[in-house]
Parts: sequence; structure tokens; C-alpha cells
Amino acid sequence: MEWIPLTDADREAMSRVVGIGSVDELFGTIPDTLKSGPLRLPEGLDEPALRALASDYAARNRMDLVSFVGGGYYDHYIPAAVDALTSRGEFLTAYTPYQPECAQGTLQAIYEFQAALCRLTDMEVANASLYDGGTAVFEAVTMACRITGRNRVVLDESLNPRWRDMLITHAANLSLDLKTGRDPAGAACVVAQNPTFRGTLWDYSALAEACHAAGALLVGVFNPVSLAIVKTPGAMGADIAVGEGQPLGIPLGFGGPYLGLMTARKTFIRKMPGRIAGMTVDHEGRRGFVLTLQAREQHIRREKANSNICSNQALCALRALVYLSLVGPVGLKNVAERCRAGAEWLKRRIAHFAPCANDGPTFNEFTVRLPREAEAVVTDLLSRGFVAGIPLALVGAGNPHELLIAVTEKHAPARLEAFAAALEEVCACG
Amino acid sequence: MRLIFEKSAPGRQSRLVDPPVLACSPLPAELQRETPPALPEVSELEVTRHFTGLSRRNFGVDSHFYPLGSCTMKFNPRINEAAASLPGFAALHPHLATIPAARSLCQGALAVVWELEQYLAEIGGMRAGCLQPMAGAHGELTGVLMMAAYHRDRGNHDKTVMLVPDSAHGTNPASAAMAGFSVRTVPSAPDGEVDFDAFVAALDDSVAGIMLTCPNTHGLFERRIRDIADLVHERDALLYYDGANLNAILGKVRPGDLGFDVMHFNLHKTFSTPHGMGGPGSGAVAVGARLEPFLPGPRVIQDEQGRFDLVTPEKSIGAIAPFFGSFLVALRAWTYIRAHGAEGLPRVAEAAVLNANYVLARLREYYHAPFGDRCMHECVLDATRQVAAGGVKALDIAKALLDRGFHAPTIYFPLTVPECLMIEPTETECKETLDAFCDAMIEIARLAETNPEAVKQAPVTMPVSRLDEVKAARELNCSC
Repeated sequence: MEWIPLTDADREAMSRVVGIGSVDELFGTIPDTLKSGPLRLPEGLDEPALRALASDYAARNRMDLVSFVGGGYYDHYIPAAVDALTSRGEFLTAYTPYQPECAQGTLQAIYEFQAALCRLTDMEVANASLYDGGTAVFEAVTMACRITGRNRVVLDESLNPRWRDMLITHAANLSLDLKTGRDPAGAACVVAQNPTFRGTLWDYSALAEACHAAGALLVGVFNPVSLAIVKTPGAMGADIAVGEGQPLGIPLGFGGPYLGLMTARKTFIRKMPGRIAGMTVDHEGRRGFVLTLQAREQHIRREKANSNICSNQALCALRALVYLSLVGPVGLKNVAERCRAGAEWLKRRIAHFAPCANDGPTFNEFTVRLPREAEAVVTDLLSRGFVAGIPLALVGAGNPHELLIAVTEKHAPARLEAFAAALEEVCACG
Repeated sequence: MRLIFEKSAPGRQSRLVDPPVLACSPLPAELQRETPPALPEVSELEVTRHFTGLSRRNFGVDSHFYPLGSCTMKFNPRINEAAASLPGFAALHPHLATIPAARSLCQGALAVVWELEQYLAEIGGMRAGCLQPMAGAHGELTGVLMMAAYHRDRGNHDKTVMLVPDSAHGTNPASAAMAGFSVRTVPSAPDGEVDFDAFVAALDDSVAGIMLTCPNTHGLFERRIRDIADLVHERDALLYYDGANLNAILGKVRPGDLGFDVMHFNLHKTFSTPHGMGGPGSGAVAVGARLEPFLPGPRVIQDEQGRFDLVTPEKSIGAIAPFFGSFLVALRAWTYIRAHGAEGLPRVAEAAVLNANYVLARLREYYHAPFGDRCMHECVLDATRQVAAGGVKALDIAKALLDRGFHAPTIYFPLTVPECLMIEPTETECKETLDAFCDAMIEIARLAETNPEAVKQAPVTMPVSRLDEVKAARELNCSC
């Protein structure tokens, strides 16, 4: 199958206009010795065969288990209208709004996304998106270095270890002085995540104050759904706040595409990476929207740009905006409270054999200490229809007996009870 | 159109998600949010009308011809969307792959990753692929990070310079800088190709590599690419292939066969995944033998029983994405490649190149064509003639096209061509559409001589006229 509409007659007529005898002549600047032979790829398929093939591969992924896996990415309910609205061709098949007059839909949506994100985080400015939570942490760190002129970066242990690994890869040649802990002395920033990767809620306000006293910035890493009920990065004194936007109506999708969220205090806006939409007026004084402060970006500044980012996650940002608009403040609070209520219920229900290992309150996810090794417990529970969570030793965030369990609004109470009973049985048979 | 926030009424609720049935004590007061976030309070119908309304204020490929040069705005087949929305893919948690015993639950997805990495390596003439990079620029960064790791591994500590042609995409020098390299610009020759003598002069032992787009952003194949590759490799430096223009040579020439060591693919360009107003994309990379040990990890491998598993090679640069990159984007590209097969992909390049040459042939009488009468998949024209005649600039021509129902070409890029108009029709457009576009361009060229003010006032049919960008930057209203 292919999507080339040219007929033989078209090709002939067009070749005549171009002044060639055959299309091969157009590849004449390429030496014949460099041209490739036939590609070693499967044969082409028509649409029925293609759909059957894709369905066959999808069926090799098991979706029938009840999962308590989180780790920064959660199986929240996605309202039907999110897919219906964001799959409209005028959104799906547009590109970066380089011509604002024919992209007011995109630009207004980005503006509204930025505003929604600022309202959610209590921060002053947001960009139009970064690739994911991990690259958002990296961009926040280099932004803090640009602002402070320092290169020491302090990572609190609360940070998602996957994002810490990504930061190390991305910054490999940037002469950053990466430290673990909370000491802001001489640092560009301290990176603090709430809730922590292990699920604990905490208040980093005092740490933010210590950072400011030392001339450092506080980079706060947040879970957007938690902010319906949890103290915000802005309220805790974060200078830059970043997070993974996947929980806001974006499918798990085996790892992406996701949504990097970035917000900051307004004074830092010129040091921000990525696109920013701003409100303005047209010649007739009508309200309109444009990409603004483009002199920060690679297509203008090349090697002196704030970042190399060009393509971003605009469609995922639209999904987040539609999601937030559909659920509203009350719906988001309901989602957050259902996650927390389910998690609290489960935490209490299993405490007598799997005590909670968090050193504070938790939100949607918590760590338990199992009587057996967590990986063995998870393995045993697969055959009973449960993926029990993430054994923390596998991601370098805990000891072999610790398991990270995530609950969402999709877990009905009966499922939680069935899981608790199965977990208890499996823990006992060790 | 009013903002969604301006349509909000306090207390209006969708009841989309009910409150919890399980009782739960409140959070400690010091950890609680004080006031609820001021998110919109609107009905589902109002949300639907709002975003339907916004969508109608947009041009997309589905609604308009979109000849944006260097962006490959080809048709995005809906079968790709159907594949990506299968629950077996869309709802699959990536951390299943973190748990060895749970890898049996995601074998279909791991197979797609493994197969697409193989397909891309084959299409690129490379040894191995990696889907992790999440956009083209991210692929560039991944590539130059691997180049840096290669030189570190070989003790080439003095190789600190990246060569980048002046016609390159801005992401190239920005990515090189993010990987710690200093950038040395190589000028273009008057014929639009890399100035070979200037390249030779710039190539010394401090050079770690060169980043090239081929065909380049002037729409031309670099005829001396093998000579460039040989000289670069003589210095133990490496060649990076920017895959933005791969559509021109898909299945015809393979970057690996040209001597490139590493490349990225813009799956959202060449392989038809939708551009989504600016993303998400995918910048999957592929590498030759020199860089294979340094690919991001973990990597998907297939064992003797045909099962897919993960390993992290010893010299890997590490994780560049949290998991497998933009998996659902990659899945769309996998679908597209399986649709075309080995015999279909070269036909894509042939039609894309024919379409671009047809546009060039029809327009070069009316617009200055700085690089002759042939091009690859996109043609570069400029508005210098129109500027001289009546002061009509490339920007004005772009706006006038909007009024005539066409998205504008890329303008003012590449930076090497004053008043540049860069037109990439892609292979999915029919002759009738190309003719209508060329007719509009010719009409605008005539109007630029007879009534230039009319062109300068465009657009007049869009929801807004030209916008005050200075006011936007000065007042910085970016949130409300």
C-alpha cells in the first residue's frame, strides 16, 4: 500500500515540463556506485493485512492483568472526549505555528495550556512543553546553570532514578558538578521531587529558603495530578518547577510520547528553553497569539541557543489541556482523592504483613517492606493476574524487599481487596 | 475566540469522575494545597465546542496543502492512528519491561521496537538502530554524545570541534554545543553545495566530526560526499547525517553507504507520523560499526528462542529516554514501513523528487531560483526579484498564500539565501494540487509587480491579520 496519487499520465506530463525523459534523471547527481540495491525489508501490505498484523502484535501484550505499576507514569482514566477532540485533523496534522494567522487554534491552545499549568503549579510562566519529565529535569538544571552562572547541581534522593540517569547521560560533556543531597552551597540548584519517587509527600519550603540564602535555585519536580490537593511548587518557593505530564490524559503507550512540563518564575523567562506562546493584537486590534521570545531558540541563535529543542510535544500538551478542561478543579480533586483513598485503604489492609516503608504521608503510591524479596513476589503474582508494582531494587531506589505500589481511580475497591488477599497469600508461602 | 477560562462558571461541573467511595483522612494541613487550582469549570459540550472551534482556526495537512520546506508535511494515514490506538499498545505500562519476569507481558511491543530498529538500520545502511531519541534534535544530541563517547574511548581528547555547514538546520550547531563541542561553520559554495576547499581548510586534528544534511537544505545532493567522508575518517573524525531530508533518497541511497557513521530519522517527516502542531516526533538514530558500542541503553535483543529481552552494552552512553522513546510514534512508522515494504519506499522518493522539480520548473520563470533548474525533494526559490520590483518580501508572499488556501513554504531558511522560499510538496500531493499552488504563486508574483500593496496587506481572510510580535515580546502576556 502507498499514498502516491500520481498517475502515469501525470508523470509523463510533469516530466515534460521538467524537461526529463525519466524520473531516474532526477537522481543523476548521485553517483551510480553509491546507489543502494533493493532494501531487505518485508513486502508491502494492504490495509486489511496491516490492521490484522498490528492487532496480532498488540495481542502479544497482556492487558488482562490488574496492575499496580507506577513509578512516575500512571494508568489514569482518559475521558473519551480527549481522543475525540485531539484527533481532529486540524490539530493532528498541523505543524509548529510558524504562520500565526493560520495557526490561531494551535497558539491559543498553547497559551491556555501555559495558563492552566501556571494555575495548577502556582508558578508564573510556563513553556509550550518539553519531551518528557526526564528531559524537563535536564533542561531545568541547565537553565539554573545559565541563570546562576554556576555549574554545581545537587540532586536530592527524592528524584526519579530514571530521570537522574537521563540527566547524567544528557550532561555528560557539560562539565556539570553533580552531587547527591540537599546542600545548596555553591550550587546552581537543588533538585527536589514531591512526592518522592518512593511516594513520600514532604514540604521543601525550608530547603527552598536555604537555596535562596545560598544564591541557588530550587528546582521542584511535581506530579500534576497531586497538585489538585497537595501544596504546590509555587507555594513551597520553587524557582523552576518541572514534571511529567503523562497523568493528564496521555496514554501509557509503552513509554511515550509523553509530556515534559516546565514552569518558572517570570524573571527567568528569557532563560527558558522551548517555545512560548504570547498574547498580542493584530492590525485591527483583535486579540491574537504568536510564538514569542524566539531569540532564545535554535533557529535564530544556533549554537548560542538556550536549548536545541525544536519539535516539542504540542499534541500531548493539547491532550493535557483538554483533560484539565473536562475534569475541572472538582474532577481533578476527585481523581486525586480517589487515588489517595485507594492507596491509603490498601496500605492499611496489608500493613500487618507488608508494612509501609515511607517516612511520611503518601499520595497515590507507597513503598512496602515485604517478608520475601519483592521481585519473587511480583513474579509469583503474575500467574494470579496481578502486576504488584515495581521492585525498588530493580531501579536502584530501595532494598530487595521493597515494593513500590501505585493506585489510581481505576482500581475499584473489590480489585484492591482481591489484590491484598493474593499478596498476603504469596507473601506467606515464602 | 474567548479563552476557555473566560467560558468558566463557578460551580459548573462535568461530574466526569465521582468522589471516592472509600473513606480517607485528609492530608496533614501543612502539605495541603490552600485553594483549588483555578481550572476551567465548563460543560463537556462547551469543551467540545471550544476545541472544535480552535481546530477550525488551524491549517493542517488534512485541510490544506502544506509545502513547508524541510518539514516533509506528507499525508498521515489513519491506519497508523488505528494501530497506535490499539489498547494492547496504548495502555501498556513501560515499566513492565523493567521487571524481568513481566517482560513476557510486553513481547508484542518489544518486537515492534526490535523490528523497527532493524528496518531503520537497513534503510540507513547502518548496523543498528535505537528508538530512544524523542525528536530530531534529540536524535542529533544522541548522535553527537555518541561521537564524544567514541573519542573519549579512543583517547582523542583534543577533538573538541564540530564542523557544521552554514546551510544546516539550527538544531545542528545547538545540539553540538549541548554535547560540549565548539562549532566551526563551513560555508556553502555558490552552487549550493558545501565549499569543498573551505571544508578542507577547516578540517584539522581538533575536529571530532561533521554534521551534514544530504540532500542539503538547498535541495541539492552533495556530490563530493565520498571525498568528504574519506578525509574526515582519515583524521579519525566522524560523520553525522541529519535525516530531515531523507525523504529525497529513501530506498535510493543509504547514508551508511555514503560513509556516514551515525544518523537520525525524523519519523514524523519521512515515515508519516503526524506533526501534531509541533510534536510529538521521534528522532530514532542508527549507527555504523564505529559507534555501535555506544548506543543508548538498555537495548532490545532477541534470544535464540525468539524472545525479546533487554541488555545495556558496556560502553553505552546510557539512557536518553525514560524507556523506548516515543513508542506510539515509532509504532506508526513501523506501520508505514510495513505498508510500503521494500519495493514501495523508493517510489516515495521518486514521486517526492518529481513533485519538487515540477514546482521548480513551473515557478523558476517567476521567482529567482538560486541553485539552477534541478533539485531533490524540495526546491529553494527567493523573493529578491519581487523585493526589487515593488518591495514585496518572502513574508508577504507567505501571507498571500494563506489567503489563497495554501500553507506557506518555509521562509527565511536556509539563512544562506536572502528572502528564501523553501518549498517541499512531498509525494502525497496530486498534480492538480501542485498546479493550483503554482498558479497561486504565479498570480502573487504578478501582483507583486502590479499592486504590491495588496500583497503586503495579506492575509485578509484569516481569523486575524498580521500580529504585533513586538507587543507580544514587550508585554509578555504568556499566561492568565
